[in-house]
Amino acid sequence: MALEQSDVEKIAQLARLDVDANEAQEVTKRISSILELIDQMQDVDTKNIAPLAHPFDAIQRLRPDEVTETDQREYLQSIAPATQDGLYLVPKVIE
Amino acid sequence: MSDRTVAELSRSLAQGEISSVELTRDYLDRIAQHNSLYNAYITVTEDLALAQAAQADAARAKGDAGPLTGIPIAHKDIFCMKDVLTTCGSKMLANFVAPYDATVVAKLNAAGAVTLGKTNMDEFAMGSSNENSFFGAARNPWDTDRVPGGSSGGSATAVAADLCAIATGTDTGGSIRQPAAFCGLTGFKPSYGRISRWGMIAYASSLDQAGPISKSAEDAALMMNVMAGPDHRDSTSVDMPAPDFTANLNDSLQGLRIGVVRQHLAEGLDANVESALQDAIKVFESLGASIKEIDLPNSHLSVSAYYVIAPAEASANLSRYDGVRFGYRCENPANLEDMYKRSRSEGFGNEVKRRILVGTYALSAGYYDAYYIKAQQIRRLIKQDYIDAFKEVDVIIGPTTPNTAFKIGEKNDDPVTMYLEDIYTVSINLAGLPAISIPAGSSKSADGKSLPIGIQLVGSDFAEAKVLNIAHQFQQHTDWHQQRPEG
Amino acid sequence: MVWETVIGLEVHVQLATKSKLFSGSSITFGAAPNTQANIFDLAMPGTLPVMNEAALRMAVKFGLAIDAQIGRKSVFDRKNYFYPDLPKGYQVSQLDFPTVGKGELEITLEDGSTKVIGITRAHIEEDAGKSLHEDFQGLTGIDLNRAGTPLLEIVSEPELANAKEAVAYLKKLHSIIRYLGISDGNMAQGSMRCDANVSVRKKGATELGMRTEIKNINSFRFVEKAILHEAQRQIDIIEDGGRIVQETRLYDADKDETRSMRSKEVANDYRYFPEPDLLPIVIDEAYIESVRAELPELPNAKRERFVSQYELSEYDAGVIASSRQMADFFEEVVTICKDAKLSSNWVTVDLQAVLNKQDLEIEDSPISAARLGGLIARIKDKTISSKIAKTVFEAMLESEQSADEIIESQGLKQVTDSGAIEKLVDEVIANNPEQVEQYRSGKEKVFAFFIGQAMKASRGKANPEQLNTLLKQKLKA
Repeated sequence: MALEQSDVEKIAQLARLDVDANEAQEVTKRISSILELIDQMQDVDTKNIAPLAHPFDAIQRLRPDEVTETDQREYLQSIAPATQDGLYLVPKVIE
Repeated sequence: MSDRTVAELSRSLAQGEISSVELTRDYLDRIAQHNSLYNAYITVTEDLALAQAAQADAARAKGDAGPLTGIPIAHKDIFCMKDVLTTCGSKMLANFVAPYDATVVAKLNAAGAVTLGKTNMDEFAMGSSNENSFFGAARNPWDTDRVPGGSSGGSATAVAADLCAIATGTDTGGSIRQPAAFCGLTGFKPSYGRISRWGMIAYASSLDQAGPISKSAEDAALMMNVMAGPDHRDSTSVDMPAPDFTANLNDSLQGLRIGVVRQHLAEGLDANVESALQDAIKVFESLGASIKEIDLPNSHLSVSAYYVIAPAEASANLSRYDGVRFGYRCENPANLEDMYKRSRSEGFGNEVKRRILVGTYALSAGYYDAYYIKAQQIRRLIKQDYIDAFKEVDVIIGPTTPNTAFKIGEKNDDPVTMYLEDIYTVSINLAGLPAISIPAGSSKSADGKSLPIGIQLVGSDFAEAKVLNIAHQFQQHTDWHQQRPEG
Repeated sequence: MVWETVIGLEVHVQLATKSKLFSGSSITFGAAPNTQANIFDLAMPGTLPVMNEAALRMAVKFGLAIDAQIGRKSVFDRKNYFYPDLPKGYQVSQLDFPTVGKGELEITLEDGSTKVIGITRAHIEEDAGKSLHEDFQGLTGIDLNRAGTPLLEIVSEPELANAKEAVAYLKKLHSIIRYLGISDGNMAQGSMRCDANVSVRKKGATELGMRTEIKNINSFRFVEKAILHEAQRQIDIIEDGGRIVQETRLYDADKDETRSMRSKEVANDYRYFPEPDLLPIVIDEAYIESVRAELPELPNAKRERFVSQYELSEYDAGVIASSRQMADFFEEVVTICKDAKLSSNWVTVDLQAVLNKQDLEIEDSPISAARLGGLIARIKDKTISSKIAKTVFEAMLESEQSADEIIESQGLKQVTDSGAIEKLVDEVIANNPEQVEQYRSGKEKVFAFFIGQAMKASRGKANPEQLNTLLKQKLKA
């Protein structure tokens, strides 16, 4: 599937990555070549084959409903970029 | 201490020939001397190592020592270590002091191992050369102009240059086995879920698996005895107790059925690699094994499927790096969008960004079925091929890599060339199988450097002990694993 | 032109677990910011989710209560989007394989008739944190205490025909989740949140009109108002020749209007895919049966039992059965006083009035079921009249005393001694010759006057039946 530069801009927006104008062409080219490699799959007929999301088709183990964690706010916020009054600070979120 | 496998060091420590503190100092000295050349470590935890060594000696004095007590090891910098810098090879986490221990780290600490430091790696484990590290490429001790492989390149370099006795690695598409092959080491990837992923920074969740990079299969088994087992913090870890992986090391290979993949031989393998493989087959035959050609008809699709599934999972796994709670945040963000985009674009390297974009594309509206679902269907075909093959043979033998270690910079131009490095390894991750790469030959480069060649043994689901047994028996009858780089 | 409204509701119910959906952090309401946000909740690198069994059990319980198909295999998916209150950059939810499939809910309309509303599905998902916009010099503060709280999202079919039906549906849902004990359903604290999909069409049309989604309506009253407002807004637009735009709107209770949330209009692509850190959940028959065994008697069954066992009216039975707490209270009262009709009146009228006035739930009632039962028992055995009972009830609100203690200490016991009543009657007749004359000359209305005088003289304690009989006898003489 051919990839346009506009496709790259669209997915970059979804992924919150900047692809600046200088790089856009190069990035598009490289991603196109990766997609070319990937597209070898398209030659195989996989009708009626169930997708395999996990190598062993295993099922989930659950945990009992217990509170096991304690307040570590101060420690955990010591590695945060910006906090105030126990809150993480970010540029204004516009609703 | 000429060879210094874990098994040998363990015996020396037990017999009192050396203390852990002495051994640790020796390793720290070697690191101080050589790391600037090899760039194997991102962080050296000297104080911690000496404290752990002293503890190990004290434990031993009380008669409370296991095989890994006092053994100096290194962790790939993908494992969180409480209060230690844990970068995952990325600028994004260049300031990240982890607030907790990975299960693997906690288990090795509890076993009395001494942590020398955190090893270099391709950023977020994405790469096959270690060149994608924010901290610069590690260098192959066999030829420092060449890559050690990746993504666990720093761990392989550290073990090969004897800057630690053994190291942890992770393998999503070959990231333990390929660097082990390039550095003349034993690299073991257990079955998916055999070792807890708690605290191991995620690249592709359904493929990631930890394992050891070591100087011998016996060392790998000793390490597995500590690393493996179910974990209530990882609900994908396999819910069965880990066996003693050393128990079967000395089993005879008489009657063993070894499969050789017809497709591998037909593809025009590098001549040196092929002859190493043929020599290895002869060794196994001499030990009583029989060889049978088998088919893995969909193996040629594994790289394609892998480069959809791994980036797709990664694209979501790496969304948490947003500059809000930890890690890199750009300077003076103009607004929220700007903070997201600049933090992520400045914090991630090019290969990581490429894979995020590919993964985002594969999951996006209109492409999900053609890419993501298709790849998971191929994944089932690949898994089924292995299930069928293991009805006929006990283990499958093949090359680990198409070639020996390449030069730094050689494959940087086109990501696809680099991706094809993984052609023999990724299908095993897709199928979740245990596999080991062991040294089985060497070739001379054009400039006269001796470069190791690795071959790979693949077992059926949870047949780790069998794979280690076969590798150990090979090493009992060959000396490739004992060869060391000069210097 | 006659228009009809079509409404579907998406209700998020916070499950009443002790810990979060995928981590062992507490979910106590009102904790200081980020004190209940631990390494997994903060999406620290390397952390992994482990699912809370109680959340699954609660979801299955709900499914059984609405006769739904239970998903034998439920699968979690990642819903990808960036928002500062979403630490992982994806929300874990269930897209194609929810734990609860198709079910139904019977609602009671104002005229007493019932209607069955289809429930499309109910899936388990994690809540996000909260953004606080005030007081940070133009920055936003993020509190992740709520992030990872287990939610059950219950999606109805578009089968609600007006705002009142929507409210009835929501109230029934509220009643059921509280019956099941899977949520406190507190809308003010956000443990039950409602989004409404609203469209209008010409009466009798078969195709649905373009819909809008009204987000986060946080009370029963606002649901009604928001829907009424939105339906009228849509009708006005269409009648003016305009077209409805599919969009998300926010209800503003202060202004009683909905407005467009433009920030949500940026086309998003959530890139759902199966969450690789969580394997499929497989539910077997034994598990379902173990949950079924824990199911309490549900509102409809209880209502029917109250009608047959206690001979209550459908209406009274329905009112009492709508709340498990009220039903339990009622039954405890009946056990003590042995009179269901009186119990029903006292619980739904007198006590309810007090609760409404003081804004209390019945479990916080100032008069316990035991005390109320004790009071009614004294009415039933004629120790006191219904009128005196009101006095005792008022006194009970002011103290912890039992009805008997109050009757005793205030001397409120009914006079049933016929000699004493006779004396009263004689006095009243003797003191009011004029009225006696009137009565005897055929003005029987005056009778009420004698009753009043006699009661007054007995300070309300005379047994009314005895008084009545005696008065009639003596006046005839």
